[in-house]
Amino acid sequence: MTNIDVRGLTKRYGPRTVVDDLSFTVPAGRVTGFLGPNGAGKSTTMRMILGLAAPDGGSATIGGRRYRDLPVPLTEVGALLDAGAVHAARTARNHLLALAASNGLPRRRVDEVLARVGLESVAGEHAGSFSLGMRQRLGIAAALLGDPRVLIFDEPVNGLDPEGIRWIRAFMRSLAGEGRAVLVSSHLMSEMAQTADHLVVIGRGRLIADTGMSEFMQTNGDGTVLVRADDADTFALHLSAAGATVREGPESSLVVSDMTGAQIGKLAAFHGVALSELVPQRASLEDVFMELTSDSVEYHGAVEYHGAAA
Amino acid sequence: MSTHPAFADTLRGEWIKFRSLRSTWLTLGGLVVIGLGITVLSADASVASYPTATVEERQDWDPTNRSLLMYMVAQLVIGVLGILVVTSEYATGLMQTSLSATPRRHRLLGAKVAVVTAVAVVSGQVLMLTSFLIGQARFVASGLPYATLDDPRALSAVVGGGLYLAVIGLLTVGLGTIMRATAGALATLVGIVLLVPPLADLFPWLDGLFAFWPTLGGAAVMETVVNPDHPHPWLNLAGMGAGALAVLAVAFVLFERRDV
Repeated sequence: MTNIDVRGLTKRYGPRTVVDDLSFTVPAGRVTGFLGPNGAGKSTTMRMILGLAAPDGGSATIGGRRYRDLPVPLTEVGALLDAGAVHAARTARNHLLALAASNGLPRRRVDEVLARVGLESVAGEHAGSFSLGMRQRLGIAAALLGDPRVLIFDEPVNGLDPEGIRWIRAFMRSLAGEGRAVLVSSHLMSEMAQTADHLVVIGRGRLIADTGMSEFMQTNGDGTVLVRADDADTFALHLSAAGATVREGPESSLVVSDMTGAQIGKLAAFHGVALSELVPQRASLEDVFMELTSDSVEYHGAVEYHGAAA
Repeated sequence: MSTHPAFADTLRGEWIKFRSLRSTWLTLGGLVVIGLGITVLSADASVASYPTATVEERQDWDPTNRSLLMYMVAQLVIGVLGILVVTSEYATGLMQTSLSATPRRHRLLGAKVAVVTAVAVVSGQVLMLTSFLIGQARFVASGLPYATLDDPRALSAVVGGGLYLAVIGLLTVGLGTIMRATAGALATLVGIVLLVPPLADLFPWLDGLFAFWPTLGGAAVMETVVNPDHPHPWLNLAGMGAGALAVLAVAFVLFERRDV
């Protein structure tokens, strides 16, 4: 099993510490979401993992070895950092052929990965004529050339249409299903909700959370329950008497905290109150994420904003 | 699934990158067209000026050198190739991908140097030889003094001219790596080969350096009449080669150290 191990990783650009004593592990067989606001240090961390940037402290290893010491890098790690990083005048096939040749990989791998990402029919066309979605696929094909056990994708769905996003999500899942370690960065929490098993959240280069997706939700959800009853005012008194905290919700509903939905249901049954709604309020991942990272966002806009951030 | 990649694999990858761009072949085609075009024009100019030349000028008349003058422009075209092999990867971001595939950076740069040098040697020799033959044919047709390849000094000038262009190729891979941007590297090259030489008299204390400078001492190898300033032109070319290697050495160190 090949893991990515990041230990005490630190990177400074002049007086700014971009990555600050960061430690986490990306295990095999899972999609690990690497989350943080723009400028949090995600890309820099990934570039250090790949040996493209030199850390000022700490280490990043793949299966215990520094990237630079991997004898045949493409067979161990596949990475897509920037889908635009292709020469526009080179065909997709030649782009991949050059990469395959540099690692001594057989020519047939090029056709195999082109087929896997669905680009066989345009393999002979210039990459410059590709849409963003096609370039993403080409980048993924390049990452898969050596059939690596570890995959690293930096913001792979950025700018894609819904169809492309869905394809990439499913693709990540299938890669992890094959037992590979997959590290995917995003600044969009909602993106991760559907893809990741595990979350590493950073802000201003520091680790904020390193946890499973469901634990993350449970720990960070606000745990209130929305209740709608025929006689809301009376039931509110019953709830308060039973130890819950009640405040008024929208359209004469009640927002109850410190009590589970099951307890509220039993209380209603006991008092013979008919409930028309009993809905546990799960904080959206986006809300949780915003709350977690609000202190660490590099540049706040002048206007407060709520909900989904783009 | 594969054994450790050897330098030959890195080289193969770089060669595929180089040959798979149409601009490579357009540039090489342009090199031939411009080079031979200038040879024809400069030979015609020589033919036109010979009747009015003084006795002294006729004594130093160097038909070989007069057929190789296109090196002035050819070095810029070869230089563009050498620069682009590195800077186009920075411009597109491809350098990150290349270094992910080949994290041993000196090996990647070494392969680029090898590809450019090989292309520059071959195209430089072909261009020099063709220019020589075309130029001499013009001189023969006009009844002017001419040279043949049987003359060892003429052969030496042609071969030396090809190597001169190869050294320019080496130099420009270094410049491209150091500057990381096409415009800056190209401006530096033009400054070195075209702007500094006419101003050389302004810097008498740099005479020692100019003996090995491109277009100046470094180009003396393409002359067959002994130049009193450069009695041993191959030494001058060797010095220019050493200078290019020094620039490359700096490039290797920076390439190894800098973040991409």
